[in-house]
Amino acid sequence: MVQKFTLNINGETHTVDADPDMPLLYALRNDVGLNNPHFGCGLAQCGACTVHLDGQPTRSCITPLSAVGEAKIVTLAGLGTPEKPHPLQTAYIEEQVPQCGYCINGWLMTAAAFLRDKKKPTEAEIKDALSGLKCRCGTHISILKAVKRAAEMMG
Amino acid sequence: MTKFEKTSSFSRRSLLLGGGALVVSVGAAVSLDTVMSIGKAYAQGAMLGAKPPLTPDQLSSYIAVNADGSVAAYFGKMDMGHGLKVAIGQIVADELDVAFKSVKVIMADTAVTVNQGGASGSSGIQEGGKQMRMAAAEARRVLVEMAAGLLSVPADKLGVNDGVVSANDDKSKRISYPQMIGGKYFNVQLDWNKKFGNPLYAPGKAQPKKPSEHKIVGQSIKREDVAPKVFAQENFVTDVKVPGMVHGRMIRPPIAGATPMKVDVSAIKSIPGVQVAWNRAFLGLVADTEWGAIQAAEKLKVEWSPDRPPFPNQATLYDHIRKAPVRKAQVEKQNGNIEEAFKTAAKIVEAEYEWPFQSHASMGPACALIEIKGDQVTCWSGTQKSHYLQQGLAATLNVPLDNVRVIWAMGPGSYGRNDADDCAHDAAVLAHAIGKPVRLQYMRDQGTGWDPKGPASIHKARAALDASGKVVAYEFTSKAFPRVDVNSNGSKPWDTLAGQTIGVELKSGDGFGVPAESYAFDNKKLSWETIAPLLDRASPLRTSHLRDPVGPQIHFASESFMDELAAAVNADPTEFRLRHIKEPRDVAVIKAAAEKAKWDTRPSPRKDQTGSKVSGRGIAYSLRNGTRVAVIAEVDVDRSSGKIWARKFTVAHDCGQIINPDGLVKCIEGNIVQGVSRTLWEEVKFDNKSVTSVDWVSYPILDITETPGEVDVVLINHPEIPSSGAGEPSIRPVAAAIANAIYDATGVRIRRVPFSPDRVKAALS
Repeated sequence: MVQKFTLNINGETHTVDADPDMPLLYALRNDVGLNNPHFGCGLAQCGACTVHLDGQPTRSCITPLSAVGEAKIVTLAGLGTPEKPHPLQTAYIEEQVPQCGYCINGWLMTAAAFLRDKKKPTEAEIKDALSGLKCRCGTHISILKAVKRAAEMMG
Repeated sequence: MTKFEKTSSFSRRSLLLGGGALVVSVGAAVSLDTVMSIGKAYAQGAMLGAKPPLTPDQLSSYIAVNADGSVAAYFGKMDMGHGLKVAIGQIVADELDVAFKSVKVIMADTAVTVNQGGASGSSGIQEGGKQMRMAAAEARRVLVEMAAGLLSVPADKLGVNDGVVSANDDKSKRISYPQMIGGKYFNVQLDWNKKFGNPLYAPGKAQPKKPSEHKIVGQSIKREDVAPKVFAQENFVTDVKVPGMVHGRMIRPPIAGATPMKVDVSAIKSIPGVQVAWNRAFLGLVADTEWGAIQAAEKLKVEWSPDRPPFPNQATLYDHIRKAPVRKAQVEKQNGNIEEAFKTAAKIVEAEYEWPFQSHASMGPACALIEIKGDQVTCWSGTQKSHYLQQGLAATLNVPLDNVRVIWAMGPGSYGRNDADDCAHDAAVLAHAIGKPVRLQYMRDQGTGWDPKGPASIHKARAALDASGKVVAYEFTSKAFPRVDVNSNGSKPWDTLAGQTIGVELKSGDGFGVPAESYAFDNKKLSWETIAPLLDRASPLRTSHLRDPVGPQIHFASESFMDELAAAVNADPTEFRLRHIKEPRDVAVIKAAAEKAKWDTRPSPRKDQTGSKVSGRGIAYSLRNGTRVAVIAEVDVDRSSGKIWARKFTVAHDCGQIINPDGLVKCIEGNIVQGVSRTLWEEVKFDNKSVTSVDWVSYPILDITETPGEVDVVLINHPEIPSSGAGEPSIRPVAAAIANAIYDATGVRIRRVPFSPDRVKAALS
């Protein structure tokens, strides 16, 4: 039972014809053509599919299209650009964080929302905010350094 | 834009199309005719259609110079995220005397690279870099010789700077690389050793530079692939799309080894584009959309053969290994006379250690895209070994090797022979059956449940000590599932799930390994025994390479045991190791780690702690193909919960010449953190039917709240010694360092991985 959905993604309007039960992830990847976010588990256990819905980090792999409504969707591509990078993106490059990089959406999108709401967080607060996200390459130490660096940049 | 388009923008095609006529610098003392005659000997132009074959004995198979002066370095391996690409660029740029930024490394596309073995055995720099260095050196030699003719200056009176050759005593006599060969192929034969894969070696006549002459090698140049990842611009293998592509999903049996008896498509008929491909135990399907394929795979009704569950109860796994008939036994190292020496012992120590099956559990399940056009096959894969996958696909699809092109694209993690090669073969069978390009991605439970596993093992160690506390006899034996039930590359149908499900018999390999160290014991015997796999068909417990294949398990045992020996004679664990090691580089890494960690010299365990929260430190050291690593772990143990926090690691690392220090540190950090994860958490769970650890809840890995607070790395650089590997050696001693630190903290020895809170708590009570 295909329905028409109008999605606001990274400031642009897209129309998608799809099953209302289909997770947002597949609309973003296959219908809109955004190569991020990634499919990691389809179970909201890893974070590789994370996007912002009205600023809230959301696992798009389990979010049905019918639940998106008029929420503003921001993906990693909408977080910043090489010309206007988000401080986290700058910090990630400075710290050379990713190895394979497949997990990157979860960490950056979750940390971006966290740092927006929490100024000058402690290391324990950062860890707590990022708990549950997965990185199989083991770049966690660099992730923490980068998030701390971005937190400093954001004052 | 697909990865293919991106890759081909710097492929041979554009290389040639970009080529122009030869141009001679103003003031050069030779005529155009002379240039042409000299040039012809070394260069072949596109206009003539004269393209040297893509074979290991051609310089053009590794190096090409574009008309704009940029250099293409064709590399038959790939960078799985450790920064190998930048390191190869550094090596090539240094040897060619061009700017680092002008070198583009093109990796592991079978259409433009030769088989250098793929990502394999930490050999990216050790073997791959060696060959690229020799090729670049030969390219420089040839270009300088060409310039000598063109400039009428002897080659030994010429220098090269930034791709421009000029006379040492008259800089106006100059000619650039692109002026000589830009856009044309080198036509230079190399002295190939006739080997493919990691050992491929094809030097020219040139001698590479002395390490003291390196300017770019040794610098911490940043990776160029980080920014595209951070800005969501990198195309992973999961992102490749081609016109007319459909989406595939596979269906795996509830009981490992079972075969579909009846497939009922009535529930999925309405899904657009759905088609089922069923051949013996191979069962997959496609649909027009990815969501359609996922739903179809969930809804398809399958009646499976009533096979007897093939696996033992997991609680009996180690008993199974102990009791299983030995299929192959091998003594790998032996000196002295063990039995005689044991008779002289003042003290005998024995211990046994256990390691579970572990999963690659890559960040995402594998994905591949296969397009078959006429008799031409193109595969996009995150494989570690594209040239071997090319062979496997040719065999599976029964087409000539040259008709198959495998294009590597970054996959969702790797760490050895994960599910990537299986996925590519499954996709090929689907694409062949359906007649359309198929993008197949596994689901999470298939990625973690059905990837080849690191083998479970038991390890027995026995040693005799004399009255002075010296080891006089030492025996170490592993008994285990083979290192590879399926080979570490997908070159043979029997090594893939597609082949096995269609009925090709599994050919389980035999082999394991022994501790790699330099303990100078007068009487020493190192050996292994393998047992048969649990299932002789497509099995979720088939084994293959998982990062540092069999290294973590063997050295968990051997380096824990060294600590047990030190404790038995009340010796400091670091001092006890040094007592038995003579090799200067091994002594140096152990001393460097101890010094950096401010090692407190005393026997373990600590005796000054009470209460539920205690801490300790432990050391472990190991070798791997020329690389030496010593790791000191400092851990906190919560005796009441059993929770371990591996708080700090100090790592001393000697891999000979260092190409990129910061990149190496990052690579080591990843090794350590993944090593902590495998030590504290990771264990494949199974019941008698199949694997039951199938996601991040049932197969937990390290969480950021448990990440070490610090990994302090001491890099020992030996520019004069050829580089050995770094992708795996430092994961090897991690488990033992943690075990030894737990012992130091608590006085309790844990001999079975993982050290999950329940197990630690039980051991401590």
